[in-house]
Amino acid sequence: MSAEPAPRQAGSGPAAVPRFTHGSRVPGWDRAADLERDPAAVPDPATTEVPADLRREIAEHMAKYPDRRSAVLPALAAAQRVHGWCSPQALEQVACVMALTPAYLDAVATFYDMLETEPVGRHSVYVCTNISCSMCGADELLQEVRAAAAGEQDINVRAFECMGACDIAPMASVDGVYVGPLEPADAGRLVKDILAGRPVLEAKQLARRPCADPGVRAEQSAAGASGQGHRARAGAANPDVSSSAGPPMKGDAPGPAAPIERPPAADGQNGGQGG
Amino acid sequence: MERLLFAGIDEPGLDTLEVYERRGGYQALRRALQMTPEAVLHELEESELRGRGGAGFQMAKKASFLPKGSMDKYLCCNADESEPGAFKDRELMQKNPHQLIEGVVIAAWSAGINRAFIYIRGEYVLQADILDAAVAEAERAGYLGERILGSEHTLSLVVHRGAGAYICGEETALLDSLEGKRGNPRLKPPFPANQGLYQGPTLINNVETLSAVPHILAMGGADYARLGVANSTGTKVVSVSGHVQRPGNYEIELGIPSREIIYGLAGGPPEGRAIKCWFPGGSSAPVLTAEDLNLAYDFDSMAKAGSMLGSGSIIVIDDSTPIIDVALKVAKFYRHESCGKCTPCREGTNWTVTMLERIDAGLATPMDLDIMASVQDHIIGHCLCVLGDSMAMPIGSMIAKFRDEFEAHMEAARHSSPLGTAPPDTAPALIQGAV
Repeated sequence: MSAEPAPRQAGSGPAAVPRFTHGSRVPGWDRAADLERDPAAVPDPATTEVPADLRREIAEHMAKYPDRRSAVLPALAAAQRVHGWCSPQALEQVACVMALTPAYLDAVATFYDMLETEPVGRHSVYVCTNISCSMCGADELLQEVRAAAAGEQDINVRAFECMGACDIAPMASVDGVYVGPLEPADAGRLVKDILAGRPVLEAKQLARRPCADPGVRAEQSAAGASGQGHRARAGAANPDVSSSAGPPMKGDAPGPAAPIERPPAADGQNGGQGG
Repeated sequence: MERLLFAGIDEPGLDTLEVYERRGGYQALRRALQMTPEAVLHELEESELRGRGGAGFQMAKKASFLPKGSMDKYLCCNADESEPGAFKDRELMQKNPHQLIEGVVIAAWSAGINRAFIYIRGEYVLQADILDAAVAEAERAGYLGERILGSEHTLSLVVHRGAGAYICGEETALLDSLEGKRGNPRLKPPFPANQGLYQGPTLINNVETLSAVPHILAMGGADYARLGVANSTGTKVVSVSGHVQRPGNYEIELGIPSREIIYGLAGGPPEGRAIKCWFPGGSSAPVLTAEDLNLAYDFDSMAKAGSMLGSGSIIVIDDSTPIIDVALKVAKFYRHESCGKCTPCREGTNWTVTMLERIDAGLATPMDLDIMASVQDHIIGHCLCVLGDSMAMPIGSMIAKFRDEFEAHMEAARHSSPLGTAPPDTAPALIQGAV
């Protein structure tokens, strides 16, 4: 959120160092401490109004841990769902229920990416721009999503770091629902689905994606035929092993064009060797 | 090869107790609870299972470091999978949550632990919901709670959601975050095994490590150790992403050639392109090149090649991508995620990005590459945790292996920058002025 440092004037001499508006050479702290104010205190329960649902949810979280302070993250997340962001009022309410200072909660909230410390739209769209996604076109996708959501106050589009779904790169998380692999052309549909309250890009949701491992697929079809699956048991010899047409194991000649599906006989040998 | 962790992973309803039990689930737990904790630990020791989260420390050894006797001890399952390129835990938790829970209960029994937590990253909403439901199911069935299956073992399990911070995957930062603080790493020692969560002895294991535990108990540790190669036993779920035709998770036996994974399973780079470099263990691992594709994919071979297996996340980069783009993405990520506690990491990540941007803008000289390489050397080993090292190692390896490309890029960029047309004696002033 920091402003970029002002460009240096030519000829201003080597002593002038570009600084951010808050006086520092590095971005980050753009809110100075207010030394005139009283130190933060735990809000008075008698005068702090907390929605009953929020109070109950926070109390439930606190009860799960040996130390109630452990519930800070779930409590802040709950308050953010109610208020839309970790507003001063939201922090005040959490602080009141948890008997902590709002300053402490503010310090925690500023640390975590998913806790918003500025007012934002209610629907979050995180577009991954980390390495695997960016190599598959995430930067262009982000631009398109930003353009499609331009002017929509309810939608908060953010560039996000790796969300652990590089297999569906480039991907986005829409209110926690992972979708991918996305084309830039999907941006319009994505925004429309959010605004209409529909499931977003249903066909591209991660929840529907099967495992990529061919060994799993092979076992799946074998298990379907015999009516039940199998699981690793004690002993080296496993009668089921021939049914899994897995990848070649170590010892096989390496080659760039190794076929994915091996004939069962070849795999049976391998399975016996290592299993 | 028969799949262990991925056995039947796409079977509909595997995330429910009914299907999991029908496939023989929780039998390993029953077996473990009839054994003494020492015997269970012995099985784990025999399996030589190494941690799947990145450091590769032997799991049983870690568990044996916990003090004996009755006191408040904790188990934290590290499900804060945030390493760029890693997504194996996501699939394991989403599709087979009971496998993880069974592993947690057995591991806790072996180390005399009564309270367990799964710290899952906040972005994994679907997976956390599935885990919550699975924990509730396991509680109802008596696999969690007081006197599990009539034994002496008591365990409570809480799924704790993070809120978006890569650093919370570092074990001590995870503990701070779980205690409700900012996720800053702690000074070690004391190690978590002695003083961890709430100052109590704490065992911290990755999702995949714990998911392998039921299989070790079912097979027997010695049989499990026969899978894979010496010092890298068992199977490993490898996440392959980047420029490959079939990105995804693959369960392999450790020690197969890396080429088999990248070409055989993931289909290699798109038609007509070649591999420029690849990260064998997530973005924190020093890059390897196409020449290293015949290396066996195991802990020792990767270490010997100057890289690491890490969390087993392969990112493939083909020859259409300039190396500086890769370096910038990596450096910017670590700059964003540095918690700021230690100066070498906070400043080093920031200045590495600045210098890379300078190279990209044509404002650098070849000397800058040496400065940048020395910055990396000054980060490594000088911080409380390895986040800084995680940037320094890949960036250092890229400078070492692709120096020619960096220099060529620098030279080409200079021609379109103010520096390229300026007389040599004004160049230093321009560099200062423009940055």
